[in-house]
Amino acid sequence: MMKGRKKTIALAIYFFLMFLPIYWMLNMSLRTNADILGALTIYPADPTFANYIKIFTDSSWYMGYVNSIIYVTINMLISLTVALPAAYAFSRYRFVGDTQVFFWLLTNRMAPAAVFALPFFQLYSTIGLMDTHIAVALAHCLFNVPLAVWILEGFMSGIPREIDETAFIDGYSLPRFFITIFIPLIRAGVGVTAFFCFMFSWVELLFARTLTITNAKPIQSVMTRTISATGMDWGLLAAAGVLTIVPGALVIWFVRNHMAKGFALGRV
Amino acid sequence: MDIVLDSVSKIVNGETHINNISLKIDSSATNVILGHTLAGKTSLLRLMAGLDRPTSGRILLSGKDVTGLFVRKRSVAMVYQQFVNYPSITVYENIASPLKMIGLSKADIDQKVRKAAAILHIDNLLDRLPAELSGGQQQRTAIARALVKDSELLLLDEPLVNLDYKLREELQVELQDIFKERKAIVVYTTTEPSEALILGGNIVVMDEGRVLQTGATPYVYHHPATTRVAQVFSDPPINFLPGVVQKRFARLGKDIKIPMEGHLASVPDGKYIFGVRPNHLFLNNNNGNNAEIHVEVALAEINGAETFIHVNHGDFHLVVQEDGIHTRHIGAQITIYVNPCCFFVYNEAGQLLASPFPSE
Repeated sequence: MMKGRKKTIALAIYFFLMFLPIYWMLNMSLRTNADILGALTIYPADPTFANYIKIFTDSSWYMGYVNSIIYVTINMLISLTVALPAAYAFSRYRFVGDTQVFFWLLTNRMAPAAVFALPFFQLYSTIGLMDTHIAVALAHCLFNVPLAVWILEGFMSGIPREIDETAFIDGYSLPRFFITIFIPLIRAGVGVTAFFCFMFSWVELLFARTLTITNAKPIQSVMTRTISATGMDWGLLAAAGVLTIVPGALVIWFVRNHMAKGFALGRV
Repeated sequence: MDIVLDSVSKIVNGETHINNISLKIDSSATNVILGHTLAGKTSLLRLMAGLDRPTSGRILLSGKDVTGLFVRKRSVAMVYQQFVNYPSITVYENIASPLKMIGLSKADIDQKVRKAAAILHIDNLLDRLPAELSGGQQQRTAIARALVKDSELLLLDEPLVNLDYKLREELQVELQDIFKERKAIVVYTTTEPSEALILGGNIVVMDEGRVLQTGATPYVYHHPATTRVAQVFSDPPINFLPGVVQKRFARLGKDIKIPMEGHLASVPDGKYIFGVRPNHLFLNNNNGNNAEIHVEVALAEINGAETFIHVNHGDFHLVVQEDGIHTRHIGAQITIYVNPCCFFVYNEAGQLLASPFPSE
């Protein structure tokens, strides 16, 4: 009994500390700048949705979200389409250099994004891809495809090879088996992979900022430009922050039961 | 319909799984491949199915060379030792899937699926997912899926080994009838001599990637050509005792003396290996012609309604298989009995010279 209570108290403190900044942001987003810069208040005495209304009505703001969602979606689709067959090959076939290539994929994640920012910038400028959604989506693939291959390979290797063989004996072609039998078997893995791709692409700032100017400007870039001659627009920035958390929270909700397996790269 | 293996070998990472096997198997009777674990039974089945490609040699199915032909292009059905079904679709769709691939009409598929399901007594489970079934029902689903398509080759790789005893006996009986009705080359692997005998038909005895002996199952049981075949085709393992034949008498083991009469009469003087199955050693002297063996009890193992008594006769280890429950204390000095007319005689190279059974 005592032990249970201690656990509850510890958890309560943990969650309090964790949610404090998020609560503070929510708190700020519902107040005016004058109010924020005034006295310390625990909750907004006079809540206002003005900041949110501004974001949803000003195209320079809401287009930031639209742009982010577009390139994140493109990136998730590309990463999964490329990684599913690649992971299947690594899981099922032995070929020259397979283990080396598999490890090399992961080394792509070891270099900081800044290393690749300059070459991408120069390359995309030359071939006219600058300031497009696909440019950011492709750049993020550099990190997401290897991760996706690793996670999916783990999930696929958990499926006995005999299922593949039985399907071929039954007369399935490889693509048909893959789409109708195999992918449904690893749908949890596909979900988790999509989540990891989403997460990386959604929060990544450096590439997204370097490779866009106006047409594909992501929300993070928009947020860094709220400093005006009148000073910082605290309330607006907080509201944008709250809205940025929402899609991530939604996606986590959908894959929450498979998250642990995803972090273990499917090898549980 | 027949399948011919022409000097087929399979070498994986320098390890020989199948060592130059030439074999002809046809559809006239059930074909049983008997061998211990790692004898190469599954490897051989996978080569026949086309799941693996032989390192050397050719495979001909009804006269057509199918070596290297992808499994999808062959007329094969296979049941694995593990229960392999498609977990994401229902039992009905599982059984229907090979038929869908051929492109049969919905009505034909429905009729065939229901027929196969009825034969295997899973017709009331068709709407369930495989994970919602018991092990036996899952394996029945896998067998139904293999039966539903009219393949030339029906391969079963120890299909009953993961099932409980009762279910296994039930399916062994049912499968015999099913195989009789099928116009296909049926190949069934097992590690158990008793299962091989129940299924009858023809047998291929394998060991270490080689074929040791082929023939009608009862004939091979009565005439195991080498000591190794006798070991593989006997459970508990056959007892061997070295012996010397001199002046129409044989002296075996420590102090056993038997007359060389009956089927032993033709064996000339010399050194031999005498083999006797555990069910031909007795705890009681039930026959005036029996020879006595003085032994010390090492272990009495009760196995259902029968007892295996492991005994030491000098340096030789013997097993007695006796019906009923018998308790013998470890270390007790007892006398067991053997009828000389039950001995197999092998020469020192392990070749069969005399069998208690007439070679019809």
